[in-house]
Amino acid sequence: MNTAEGLGVEAVHVWRGERHVLKGVTLAIRPREALHVSGRNGSGKTTLLKVACGLLRPEQGHVTWLGRSISDVRSEYQHALAYASHEPALKADLTALENLRFMVGLKYRSNGAELIGCLERTGVARCADLPVRVLSAGQRRRVAMARVLGMRAPLWLLDEPFTNLDAGGSEIFAALIAEHVSGGGMAVVVAHHELVLPTAARRLELPG
Amino acid sequence: MSATRAMILVVARELRLSFRRPDQLLQPLVFFLIVTTLFPLGLNLQLSLLKDMAPGVLWTAALLSSLLSLESLFKGDADDGTLEQLVLSGHSLTVIVIAKTAAHWLLSGAALVLASPLVAIALGIPVAAFGTMFASLVLGTMTLSWLGSIGAALTVGLKRGNVLLSLIVLPLAMPMLIFGAGATDRAISGMSPAGALYFLGSLCLFTCTLAPFAASAALRITLE
Repeated sequence: MNTAEGLGVEAVHVWRGERHVLKGVTLAIRPREALHVSGRNGSGKTTLLKVACGLLRPEQGHVTWLGRSISDVRSEYQHALAYASHEPALKADLTALENLRFMVGLKYRSNGAELIGCLERTGVARCADLPVRVLSAGQRRRVAMARVLGMRAPLWLLDEPFTNLDAGGSEIFAALIAEHVSGGGMAVVVAHHELVLPTAARRLELPG
Repeated sequence: MSATRAMILVVARELRLSFRRPDQLLQPLVFFLIVTTLFPLGLNLQLSLLKDMAPGVLWTAALLSSLLSLESLFKGDADDGTLEQLVLSGHSLTVIVIAKTAAHWLLSGAALVLASPLVAIALGIPVAAFGTMFASLVLGTMTLSWLGSIGAALTVGLKRGNVLLSLIVLPLAMPMLIFGAGATDRAISGMSPAGALYFLGSLCLFTCTLAPFAASAALRITLE
């Protein structure tokens, strides 16, 4: 498969202690594509995502970005990538906007208006100046998604982004992913259940 | 974006976070003050004897209270997932570790140095020795922050890592205790503390050049 345009994960094996978690997983994703990774609990979905973003080094196989190994183009790859982990990764003592300003600020000079715009798109603009500690789990998820938007990254790696969301939130997120993909972006979405993703979405079911 | 700007951002975030939680900032300081007060009370010493013991008491208390805040250096970020985001921020993890450790020193070590005159007066350390005391504490607490960053990174994945952290860091901190207390002692007795201070300085340089690499490698292992 041609992976010179996007992200390629080739025959990746990962052992966790005695457990063989990923048994030769291969995937490729190019611009304007979305991939829905599903599988039972413990089938290695999160592990696969961590391997894809370079947090976890696979025992065998490799991950490529634009045809080159991600360890060779680490900084460039990290700038092209927005990862939303299972935890929202927000500081409880900082406000939603401060959280965004810091994390996005590490990637490029952000401006407040744009970040507020991101919070608006996920429906939590009125929480911008509230400390994250007082937000509900669903609202935190929305702030985390606003951070993904703010990163202006072509590749989204989302780990169970729909957890804790109400029906309206799930619709917003699905629409945002669809918009990102149709605008030339790439998205890998891990979710253990069925979801409404853009029609172009392919599906990868992890065995186990 | 430059590494300098990333460091400024990280330090600003750490300071802001800590001012939102002033209790965590004050606890080690209060601990430092209480421990140093306990010694004269418990030992019922003559003032002259107390003066001999003062540097050792001051330094032991400083080491122990710095340890209190060390555990939280990376733990908070590791627990809520922000550490992963920092690793993926496009900056070298070493740069992030340097910034976080520097912020930690500003909030623990520097605060301790500022509080030390209070303790020094209570322990009967003459004002003439304050300069040496400040210099040795600055260098010593900095070294401890750098050493501690390795220990904190190694124990970040553990549930109750603070005891192990003390066991890793305290033996390594012994040279600082010996030369730090030694420098203050010499200044009190009117001798030149230069030798001990130079040694503390070299320890500080040594740890600050190597510890960030070791700590970031340890963090990477913990994340896997």
